[in-house]
Amino acid sequence: MPKTRVGVFVCHCGNNIGGVVRVPDVVEYARTLPNVTYAEDNLYTCSEEGLSSIKDQIAKQGLNRVVVASCTPRTHEPLFKRACEEAGLNKYLFEFVNIREHCSWVHMHDPAMATEKAKELVRMGVAKACHLEPQQEFESDVFPAALVIGGGVAGMSAALGLANQGIQVHLVEKEQELGGLIRGVQTLFPTEQDTDELLRPLAERVKAHAHISVSLGSEVENVSGFIGDFDVSVRADGEVEGLRVGTIIVATGAEELKPVDLYRYGELPNVVTQLEFEEKFKSGGEIPRSVAIINCVGARIPKRTYCGRFCCATAIKNAIWIKERDPQARVYVLHRDVMAYGVEIEEFYRRAMELGVRFLRYDVESPPEVLGEDRAKAVKVQHQLMGKEVILPVDMVVLTTPLVARDDNGKLSKMLKVPLGSDGFFLEAHLKLRPIEFSTDGVYVCGAARYPSNIPESVSQAYAAAAKASIPIREGLVRVEAITAFCDERTCSACGNCVEACPFGAIELQQGRFGRTAHVNTAQCKGCGCCVAACPSGAMQQRGFSDMQVLSMIGALAEEMTGGVG
Amino acid sequence: MESQSVLVIGGGIAGIQASIDLANMGFEVYLVEKTPSIGGRMAQLDKTFPTNDCSMCILAPKMIECAGHERVHLLTYSDVVEMDGKAGDFRVTVLRKPRYVDVEKCTGCGECAEKCPRRVPDEFNVGLAKRKAAYLPFPQAVPRKMTIDAESCLYLTKGRCRVCEETCQAGAIDFEQQEELVELEVGAIVLATGFDPFDPGSLKEYGYGEIDNVITGLEYERLICASGPTGGHLERPSDGKVPGTIAFIQCVGSRDVNYKAYCSSVCCMHATKEAILANEHYPGLKSFIFYTDMRAVGKQFQEYIIRAREQYGVGYIRSRPGKITVNEETGNPVVWYDETIYGDAGDPERRVASMEVDLVVLCQALVPHSVHAEIAEKLGLMLDESGFIAIEDRLIRPVDTTVPGVFACGFCQGPQDIPDSVIQASAAAARVAEILAKKSKELEHA
Repeated sequence: MPKTRVGVFVCHCGNNIGGVVRVPDVVEYARTLPNVTYAEDNLYTCSEEGLSSIKDQIAKQGLNRVVVASCTPRTHEPLFKRACEEAGLNKYLFEFVNIREHCSWVHMHDPAMATEKAKELVRMGVAKACHLEPQQEFESDVFPAALVIGGGVAGMSAALGLANQGIQVHLVEKEQELGGLIRGVQTLFPTEQDTDELLRPLAERVKAHAHISVSLGSEVENVSGFIGDFDVSVRADGEVEGLRVGTIIVATGAEELKPVDLYRYGELPNVVTQLEFEEKFKSGGEIPRSVAIINCVGARIPKRTYCGRFCCATAIKNAIWIKERDPQARVYVLHRDVMAYGVEIEEFYRRAMELGVRFLRYDVESPPEVLGEDRAKAVKVQHQLMGKEVILPVDMVVLTTPLVARDDNGKLSKMLKVPLGSDGFFLEAHLKLRPIEFSTDGVYVCGAARYPSNIPESVSQAYAAAAKASIPIREGLVRVEAITAFCDERTCSACGNCVEACPFGAIELQQGRFGRTAHVNTAQCKGCGCCVAACPSGAMQQRGFSDMQVLSMIGALAEEMTGGVG
Repeated sequence: MESQSVLVIGGGIAGIQASIDLANMGFEVYLVEKTPSIGGRMAQLDKTFPTNDCSMCILAPKMIECAGHERVHLLTYSDVVEMDGKAGDFRVTVLRKPRYVDVEKCTGCGECAEKCPRRVPDEFNVGLAKRKAAYLPFPQAVPRKMTIDAESCLYLTKGRCRVCEETCQAGAIDFEQQEELVELEVGAIVLATGFDPFDPGSLKEYGYGEIDNVITGLEYERLICASGPTGGHLERPSDGKVPGTIAFIQCVGSRDVNYKAYCSSVCCMHATKEAILANEHYPGLKSFIFYTDMRAVGKQFQEYIIRAREQYGVGYIRSRPGKITVNEETGNPVVWYDETIYGDAGDPERRVASMEVDLVVLCQALVPHSVHAEIAEKLGLMLDESGFIAIEDRLIRPVDTTVPGVFACGFCQGPQDIPDSVIQASAAAARVAEILAKKSKELEHA
């Protein structure tokens, strides 16, 4: 084995470090450390001059480990690693020491101690560097096809978004026809376009597309594998077909809450949900003369805290629909907050008021009451703004209920190793910045499977999911992090703690050379280290952060401390 | 062969996300940003609802990923001056303003700003602090390169100083720098120009600009932010006192046919967040939010409101205040409002009431960014009645503008929050990939 030759480059970062830490002292000190063959200081190690110096010294001094003591790896590590690579050194033989954020900035009032701390940090970095090993980044091929689960508007849009890029798509739909939940809806917000006018051509485009194969009356039964190479079993008519895909989009939608036990739904024939109202008049029917629409039915209550997002818009749309067909009809919307966010819904809300739709605010503590013997005849409501009780005679009561998660979400989430939220909807990787991705790579979500959303929102999400799902396929391969965990099978006791701890479903217990032990699927591992911490026997190790490497740093710190510094 | 390059206009979170996705899809991306750094409005926010993630902490990695991508070409401190052509084949001229700093040499160390004698209002801190004429817009700016603002630099305006030149150890200051025109050929254009806050000064009844302790939501964000001018200490403008009570007033200029008829979509949630943050900083502090409808429609938003009420004692009052006056003795603003709901403020009667507080935060309307109308005109895009970029087919093509090959995402096409903007940004990337794939095929067969 060649002798370890460490080069140390200490940066002044202008005055950021140099104004506090005595950089030349740190360099002088670094030269005294074991295995350090070279050390220098730079005004800016990240400048062209600094980077060329790293490269030159790798060649001139035969350096096989490089330590830079400067700023944050967040911005600068790739730069220094690239310099090492360009000089022919494996970039995992580079070690970063942060003496700016971790030292000069936080100890700017104590230059002497800051200089001592910088020396200690460098000593630890050098100690670890001596134990670094070269690593290889692993690449795996991506099978050039995608699976879309669900054939509603979101699923169809996602499939088209992928297929129009030339990507082969398998679209699996449980029902015998495409369209999903909105098949029963008459008109769509915000354009008030006839639903069939939208659905029919959309479904035709999907069915006729050369790159889309549609399986109706089909369900996904099993999924195995990982990003780039999923094996999927689809069951249709009692037969199971195997599919191979690189990425998967979940677009399974949601269903309307049936408000059993609320507002005498199910008991009185003229108390219906919004979807039932739509279906009833889709096939024609006499428009009622007086309608009360009750919002937030089964939503924003302790049992179901979330807001259905588009239900207010649905209520407003249907109120306008009645008013436009019969201006004499009396339409009451009994609401809590009116969720008319944005430009178009607010405009819609204003238009409904102008058309004479009456909005009455009620309090969730004293909800409206439906009156009548065998039919709903009136609705009694405590008008919150007028502060008095109002009785509205009605021919029909429409209950606005939220979408609820499908019961079979649980089954699918287990198959795909992706989580559900407490409300049963699929839970994305990050609410703010990764809204349609999962922490499991290669699987994405769009539409109401994620959270209730209207058509424009669902279609945007579908296209966004198509963008994400196309990336690995367009690239043709996925690069896997080199800093991953691995299991020393000889010491593994197959306790399974690591399997539980892994947030990415990357570890399985498998039969191997030493019996049943943990096995890390490198393609799925993100190098978070949870399994390493969870392992009681030290069998799980993390590349780049092995016990040996970390202990050597602690050792380097402790050895000098017991020697009396600080 | 038509171009496989894409122009993205606007370097906020939507433009950043669109650029990253497009670059990952294999396109060459030119991201044009008007200011010296990408980051946009999100960079100015303290935390984000409903997770209370630190805004900069989740944004900065995206900024770095974007700038570091081999296929993203950042054109910061630049303006789009000309555009013509059609889908698959647009010609664009970008003007790069001189920074008077050689970005190859500048390391962003900040020594020039340290020594620069000229102080001017700091845009990033919405004028609540000063910056220098030589400056980095904010500590996490990307690229981390200094800019010398020609309008306030002593040398460039009065012909004397050049202190920065003497200070810069990297020799990066270059007063000879000129404007530069860059010609680009791109196949598609993504607009992500974002928003500006509406100036609430025109609503005279609220006294913004007249009453010291009436501030805007964006000003509040900077005051409560650890990287802001007060280091995150909530000091009210008149006397630096930490407020014990705050009133947040919603729909200031929004949902108001005299100003902006639309709902700005994000203010109910950001007021709730700001009230929570106030209470986290100062546990005894009491906040009241004066609202019309509490529009908490996103994932985990209702739960956030419940937490605000129950855990942080935030009071919600359904009313749109009619006037703010000032108590001359205490300097405190007094909010006059109509109790629209019986018993809302623990009062059995409905009446006109007043509440004296230490600080008032106006949650102002958000309006399309000032550059946006000009860009729309250059491209022949239609705007909707509220001035947002019009969408050709809302239902099935939610990010397509009225001009083929031009897409719009984020606030420029309508009020929306960060997750929705990020979603639209990715959606725009998918649409670009679709039309450029189709174009290639059409040409192959031609």
